[in-house]
Amino acid sequence: MNWCEYPGYIVGSEVFQNYGCRMFSGLWITFQLVAISVTIGFALAVGLAVARLYGPRWAQVAINGYTTFFRGTPLLCQLFLVYYGLGQFRLFWQDAGLWWFFREPFYCALLTFTINTAAYQAEILRGAIQSIPRGQFEGALSLGLHRWASLRLVIMPQAMILALRPLGNELIVMIKSSAIASLVTLFDLMGATRLAFARSFDISIYLYAALIYLAVVEVVRRVWDRLELRLTRHMALR
Amino acid sequence: MLEKFALLGFGPGGWGWALLQGASITISIALATLPFGLALGLAIALAKRSEKAWLRRLATIYTTVFRGVPELLTLYIVYFGVQILLQQLWVKLGLAGSFSMPPFVAGMIALGMVLSAFSSEVWMGALNSIQPGQREAAAALGLSKAQAFRLVVFPQLMRVALPGLGNNWMVLLKETSLVSVITLPDIMFITTRANVVTKEPFLFFGAAMAIYLFFSLISAWSIGRLEARANRGYAAFGGATR
Repeated sequence: MNWCEYPGYIVGSEVFQNYGCRMFSGLWITFQLVAISVTIGFALAVGLAVARLYGPRWAQVAINGYTTFFRGTPLLCQLFLVYYGLGQFRLFWQDAGLWWFFREPFYCALLTFTINTAAYQAEILRGAIQSIPRGQFEGALSLGLHRWASLRLVIMPQAMILALRPLGNELIVMIKSSAIASLVTLFDLMGATRLAFARSFDISIYLYAALIYLAVVEVVRRVWDRLELRLTRHMALR
Repeated sequence: MLEKFALLGFGPGGWGWALLQGASITISIALATLPFGLALGLAIALAKRSEKAWLRRLATIYTTVFRGVPELLTLYIVYFGVQILLQQLWVKLGLAGSFSMPPFVAGMIALGMVLSAFSSEVWMGALNSIQPGQREAAAALGLSKAQAFRLVVFPQLMRVALPGLGNNWMVLLKETSLVSVITLPDIMFITTRANVVTKEPFLFFGAAMAIYLFFSLISAWSIGRLEARANRGYAAFGGATR
């Protein structure tokens, strides 16, 4: 018996045992989707947030439009627009040599999630940077630090601590939202569960999937709490 | 190119009316869920502050579950699970025919439970901001606990909770797009069908985005107005400084 069949065997659920392997390989897809999109999204968001606050006027307007657009529309709609909508221009992508990318639901989901989370994270970081008192910047400048150096060495470290909690929430939201990837034929945890239900008509499989998601989210939440405690230990009063 | 846009119009072969109908369903399910979710959220927040330990624990488990499980999964569990349970009940009661869960109700229950879990956090924060002296003074005036809550605490609560609840509303509005998977004909459902019929996914999903964006912008504007109104008694939020 494979390791992935054991959880189902232990709880005595035949469906969970039969589809355990599919569900855990689905969990791996979910993990990849979330880890990659949140990481790239974070890198993008740092740039976006800084450009939104200190960049030229046109960049500020453009980034504002970008965040409003992607935070104001459902992720599901964005995913369909990328997967079905961009797939409509097949000839163009083939000419551009990018069809391999837009053909795959995995890459489409990855692209959509990255763009979406970048918008949310950019807003989180913007809020965090903005709530650092102006005096910090002025103090750094008066010490002779360059604009970029003061941003990197003085503002950003403080802003990151403020942003830590909302960024953790965003990570959890992404783990949960990644379930909609199953609607573009991707077999992530949700997709595998849907398949299991469609074949067995056993509702309990959804409950087991819920337990797996819940466990993942709880682990992430606790790890994040520890991380926050550790990163802010120099600020603890006691 | 232009004749493609005719597909979004109201003429023959146009999907304009269907899209409008979808938009009205999206709005109705969001509006129907809102009071239910907010009231339940407030009840859970109050349960979390209860003196009874079992009630506090129950409320914590409730919020942990509904904040940790994907909304899509909650929706499926409510739609299929409740359907199966009620069907069994139906048979047991010896009623003729079969019971089928209306997708609108399933969507309302699922989204409402998720909303209540998230809004309970907002309510908690707001409840913590009310100083104990307020309740004590109300008690000293001879108000019962329920009266003190209704007449003294609640009006102050709304002002503090409004930004967070506004956020919850925006999330809810976007989450309604999920009900399309249980065949409720909302915007997403209509555009998906339009895509199947016309093979113009970019146009229709683009139109759906535009409709959602419109609703989001209207909501953001109205929430801003409501906040300004709730804060009108506070100089720092308007009046003197602006």
